[in-house]
Amino acid sequence: MGETILEVRDLHTHFSTYRGLLRAVDGVGLTVERGETLALVGESGCGKSVTALSIMRLVRRPGRIVRGAALFDGEDLLRKSNAAMRRIRGGRIGMVFQDPLSTLNPTFSVETQIVESLKVHGAARGREARERSVELLEAMGIPAPQERLRAYPHELSGGMRQRVMIAIAVSCEPELLIADEPTTALDVTLQAQIMDLLAEIKEQRGLAIVLITHDLGIVSQFSDRAAVMYAGQIVEYGPVAELLEEPLHPYTQGLLRCVPRLGRPDVPITPIEGSVPDMTALPPGCRFAPRCPRVEDRCGGEMPSVYRAGPGRAVRCHLYEGVGEPECSRESG
Amino acid sequence: MTQPVTEEQILEPVAATTPGMLRLLLSNRVAVVAGLVVVGFLVMGLLAPALAPYHPNAHHPEAIRAAPFGPAEGGHRFLLGTDSLGRDLLSRIMYGARVSILLGVVVVLLTLVVGTGLGMLAGYFRGSFDAVMSRVVDTLLAFPFLIFALAIMAATGPNLVALVLALAFKGWVDFYRVARGDVLAAREADYVTAARGLGASTPHLLFREILPNIVPPLIVLATLRMATIIIAEASLSFLGIGVPPSIPAWGTMVADGRADVASAWWIATFPGLAILLLVLSVNLFGEGLRDILDPRMRK
Amino acid sequence: MWGRFVTQRLFQLIPVLLGVSFIVFLTMHLTPGDPIEHMLGQAGRITQEQIEELRSHYGLDRPLVLQYGRFLANAARGDFGPSYSHHGRAVASVVAERLPATLELTLFAFLIAIVFAIPAGVIASLRPQGILDRAATVGALLGISMPGFWLGIVLMIIFGLQRDWLPISGRIDLAAMPEYYTGLYTVDALLSGSAPALWSALKHMVLPGIAMAAPMAAMVMRMVRSSMIGVLGQDYVQFARAKGLPETTVVGKHALRNALIPTVNIVALQTGLLLSGNMIIETVFQYPGLGKLAVDAIAAADYPLVQAVVLIYAVSYVLLNLGADALHAALDPRVRVA
Repeated sequence: MGETILEVRDLHTHFSTYRGLLRAVDGVGLTVERGETLALVGESGCGKSVTALSIMRLVRRPGRIVRGAALFDGEDLLRKSNAAMRRIRGGRIGMVFQDPLSTLNPTFSVETQIVESLKVHGAARGREARERSVELLEAMGIPAPQERLRAYPHELSGGMRQRVMIAIAVSCEPELLIADEPTTALDVTLQAQIMDLLAEIKEQRGLAIVLITHDLGIVSQFSDRAAVMYAGQIVEYGPVAELLEEPLHPYTQGLLRCVPRLGRPDVPITPIEGSVPDMTALPPGCRFAPRCPRVEDRCGGEMPSVYRAGPGRAVRCHLYEGVGEPECSRESG
Repeated sequence: MTQPVTEEQILEPVAATTPGMLRLLLSNRVAVVAGLVVVGFLVMGLLAPALAPYHPNAHHPEAIRAAPFGPAEGGHRFLLGTDSLGRDLLSRIMYGARVSILLGVVVVLLTLVVGTGLGMLAGYFRGSFDAVMSRVVDTLLAFPFLIFALAIMAATGPNLVALVLALAFKGWVDFYRVARGDVLAAREADYVTAARGLGASTPHLLFREILPNIVPPLIVLATLRMATIIIAEASLSFLGIGVPPSIPAWGTMVADGRADVASAWWIATFPGLAILLLVLSVNLFGEGLRDILDPRMRK
Repeated sequence: MWGRFVTQRLFQLIPVLLGVSFIVFLTMHLTPGDPIEHMLGQAGRITQEQIEELRSHYGLDRPLVLQYGRFLANAARGDFGPSYSHHGRAVASVVAERLPATLELTLFAFLIAIVFAIPAGVIASLRPQGILDRAATVGALLGISMPGFWLGIVLMIIFGLQRDWLPISGRIDLAAMPEYYTGLYTVDALLSGSAPALWSALKHMVLPGIAMAAPMAAMVMRMVRSSMIGVLGQDYVQFARAKGLPETTVVGKHALRNALIPTVNIVALQTGLLLSGNMIIETVFQYPGLGKLAVDAIAAADYPLVQAVVLIYAVSYVLLNLGADALHAALDPRVRVA
């Protein structure tokens, strides 16, 4: 593939809670190529959102990025000055959040919220900014954009708000868009519309997308590669088609069995046994071991390495020792 | 106060968690100390006749405006000094605790009962009673509390009964609003619907099912209102229209000392410190209670 | 849309104002004894016949409701009758004379409270449980727990008596008195271009202003702090950061505007308490305003004067709340539609 736009290396983000240290992101590494969509998949609480916020350096107290690197176009975001980071946020990296209802400021008009973004990045000001805002809304498929500019968020429908939020996120022509569950809060019909819009934007503007989702349907339709996260770690990644066709990690396999197949009522739905581990008291070995149907003796005590398993594929599981070559040494968990 | 009540708060029976709450409260060291200070004031007030070195109104002509912490004068010792009539400040402060605490408790209990009762009725039955009450409450809310009390006291002159009524006249509104809001929420809650489905009578629903669940926020409010009432009473007494002058009261004592601030700072300072310490402790204790009993009111 | 909202609220005030005025009217009838006897207290011997005559002259022999109607009609015209304690001068003119002093001091205290409380609340909210936050919390608790009259006296002892830094009574040095335009000495000083007058007027307001502002500042600060903490946790604040806005804009524009919405009502409520504080603080500092006028009137059993002042306070309080609602609607577009 092409040039790498984002490379995250050994990222650790911890939260100190009153119950102890919570390793929300624990050694995550991933790469995103220019123009591609990488899906970050996992159950809620697995650390995918925190990974996104860490890349944007928007993790809030009591959270803290402990170590790692996030190379954006070759430069480490985690080592940039606050001012430089600010220019990148909303400028070269846009971000879309989950709930459009709570993400737009209720006390400012749509126009104020778009124009402010254009202004702060020096993209446009005054009348030009207004014109650009109209164009943006139009490009997002919003009818009567002139009137919508004057509206306040509460006067817009959910889908409309999400379009406005995307308009703001892409207003300054970013190279990378991080979309954190962009459709979870929407109706199914709206979900498809918004995802189509994102795909269209990606096509037109050639931007790369990190798509955070728990919806495997969306993953299969809208992304090129996928990384599966479990309890703060990436357990498997690879091209979407192969990953969904032939999942390697028992967790990915379990996830896929949870999804009902349209038109295939004969395939049973089997939920994964057990529940997500307590993130402040993680098992010493593989984090999925307590729920894993293929658990072995050493899984409980020994953190598995990441093994290469075919072109562009990797998996963190003892089952693949000897099958694949280790990609990196064992993480200190 | 208009935030919705969460399900756990409604569904969780109070009694089951009371020991847990006590433990939580004890773990809040500030609240414990504050509570002890309040108890200390209470004991001081109750036992004032035994503890106070002098009668609160006894004049000592030989020791007018005696300075505090000084040596014994004429065989007497006045730890916190004396006022312009030679009365012992320490004794008067001890006696002063009585009227402050007594009025605080009486007024708070009165407003608690009246406000909660009316609020529960309005919240449970809604309809025209609720409509009329909310008009009345709007009108009372439009009145600044102290000015209102002042208007009443101005009309009646200083006396304890009028003072209680003046302080209570608007105070019940706060309890009314909390009780009404909570009952409104509670009457739709599952446990009430369930009890109603089982054929429970209205009094049973109101007093056995709903009341126990709205008690915690009311207790918190009562504690914090107590602090307000103590300051309000002291303020009215300071203006000379609160507690009758024959009864030692902290507000009156500060007013007595005001004329002497240039020559005898202690006369106004010590009774004021007593007010500050008591009110501060009541507030701290109340906030400790709030953190435990009523997380949604936490500021 | 905003205008219609405010007009609507204005109409809703009518029953409230009626209720308030009725309560004020009733307090007069709580007074022990007969208003006529109070009125004639110092006037020497008078026959029963003359009393009856006066009674019917003042309409005191009519049913309560009619008396209230008359009271209301007169009050609306600013007519509260003669003041017993000011040589029979019209209550309205006595009040008008004192009004500017109180207005000025209250505004000054209001400004002190706001200018202190909002930044302090914001700063405290930025690092909850941090050192500054803890200091602010302790300060606020003290402010709430301290009786205003006592704080006034302590300030007086420290800054006026131990150190001769600030005046402890009155409104202005007589020597520095500016020409009369509005009765607000600071404004008059500006209008007559007198720096010493301005300085003196301001200095006289510092101690009473602080004593009056303290509880309000404490309450407003706590409110700003808690609503800022809530707002700073909102998604739109995070999104504002993700847009690349500088932190000052994120906090000062996106967060603060939302945090101020619930604060406005507390500010109005507290300004009402500021008015109550008037009476006490003006008495402590011998400040010749409405509050002290009312307290003196109580001592002199000058009920018409007390009524007039209480009514003024109550009406200002009602209007303050209206102002708060209007400001609330201006800040929060969601309210306007309702």
